Amino acid sequence: MAGVVIIGAGLGGLRVAETLRASGYEGEVTIVGDEIHLPYNRPPLSKEALAGGVEVADLEFRRKAHVDDVTWKLGSPAVTSSIKEGTVTLADGTVLQFDALAVAAGIRPRRLPIPGPQAGRVVLRTAEDARELRAALVPGAKVLIMGAGFIGCEVAATARKVDCEVNIVALDAEPMIRPLGAELGAGMRRRHEANGVNFYLGRTITSFNGTDHVESATLDDGTVLACDIVVEAVGSMANVEWLDGNGLDLGDGLSVDDAMIVEGTTNVVAVGDLARHHNALFSGPKRRIEHWNMPTETGKRAGQTLAALLAGDEVSQAPFSAMPSFWSDQYSHKIQSFGMPGNATRIEIVSGNPDEACIAEYFDESGLVGVIGIDKTSELAPYRKLLMERG
Amino acid sequence: MIKVTIDMDKCQHYGQCCFEAPDVFSLDGAGHIVYVAEVADDRRADVESAADVCPMQAIEIS
Repeated sequence: MAGVVIIGAGLGGLRVAETLRASGYEGEVTIVGDEIHLPYNRPPLSKEALAGGVEVADLEFRRKAHVDDVTWKLGSPAVTSSIKEGTVTLADGTVLQFDALAVAAGIRPRRLPIPGPQAGRVVLRTAEDARELRAALVPGAKVLIMGAGFIGCEVAATARKVDCEVNIVALDAEPMIRPLGAELGAGMRRRHEANGVNFYLGRTITSFNGTDHVESATLDDGTVLACDIVVEAVGSMANVEWLDGNGLDLGDGLSVDDAMIVEGTTNVVAVGDLARHHNALFSGPKRRIEHWNMPTETGKRAGQTLAALLAGDEVSQAPFSAMPSFWSDQYSHKIQSFGMPGNATRIEIVSGNPDEACIAEYFDESGLVGVIGIDKTSELAPYRKLLMERG
Repeated sequence: MIKVTIDMDKCQHYGQCCFEAPDVFSLDGAGHIVYVAEVADDRRADVESAADVCPMQAIEIS
């Protein structure tokens, strides 16, 4: 048995498999997942699934009929691989042979080495993580969130909804500052504060305190914050260690070409959060983009590439072009973005103000690179069109 | 005919579907999704794409 082995049973892996079949590939397809679940949708994990009432079965992606014949190997991550030999070894000892490999293993939350008890420190990436955190979010619980990015802020909003006490500690000057910029970030901070969240910005945690379980955290300015649970939301790491020894640069995910083929290989593609790629719509170096729509965009392209490769056809090297976009729900507010606002050197608020419904345009030296709206979803479509025309 | 349904308990009106199949999905003046419930079979590819890009996975096709 050879065929295509896909490491990662999330959205990216699913899209690769679907596209392989849709492109006429009839060989063996095996999808390996470290979790026991079939592909499911993660964004609700920090929102309604965390507030209660949604189980992982409700979050499974619709699986198209033509992927009914793929083989699923769930609950056992890849641990080693040899691209030269065409093998991947899983944690349970299974050795899979491949003609072509798709790397869709995604990312995991970064953990910081802070001294003190471990119990009570959680992350949020998987359905199991959400279940564990949900159990701790009871009225009156003291929740300490490390990191003021989207996950941290969404968890804060959800925790306030169930009447927890919420403190956020982050090194950044404002929440979500990298994509939003300081002004919109400050506007979102004030919304959180109005909902009862306390921020400790420009601060780090130097230690956790408690005997067996975390009871408090000490900040770098000496402040001590009591806590029952700590949510660590301070960035991510690509799941690529199992590719060690193949001579690949694993420093920041995997560098791929426009066809999603991993640099230095001929029969390996990478997709989703861990694929570092160019985007014809935006200049600059290759980047990993951890947005929800990118596994679909890169997975479809990679599926086409593998289907052509395995059929002996020419692989298209047409420039890869995809519109990054993200969404976030916090309280009753909706943030929506198109483009690469994080690249901006100049931000202009063109409608409303940061404390109300507003739209901000993001520019670099090449012109408009992004747009973000708060509670202005219906007015962003023309901007998306403008940004698409950059390509 | 293809039957399209949006689970309005899931839909958050992000409007991503509107970019894939603008003849089937659109946002009204209040920013709410409106859609055509029955569409011709030759629109299947775009309607499938619209369902794929829905962040809330709220679109059902039969």
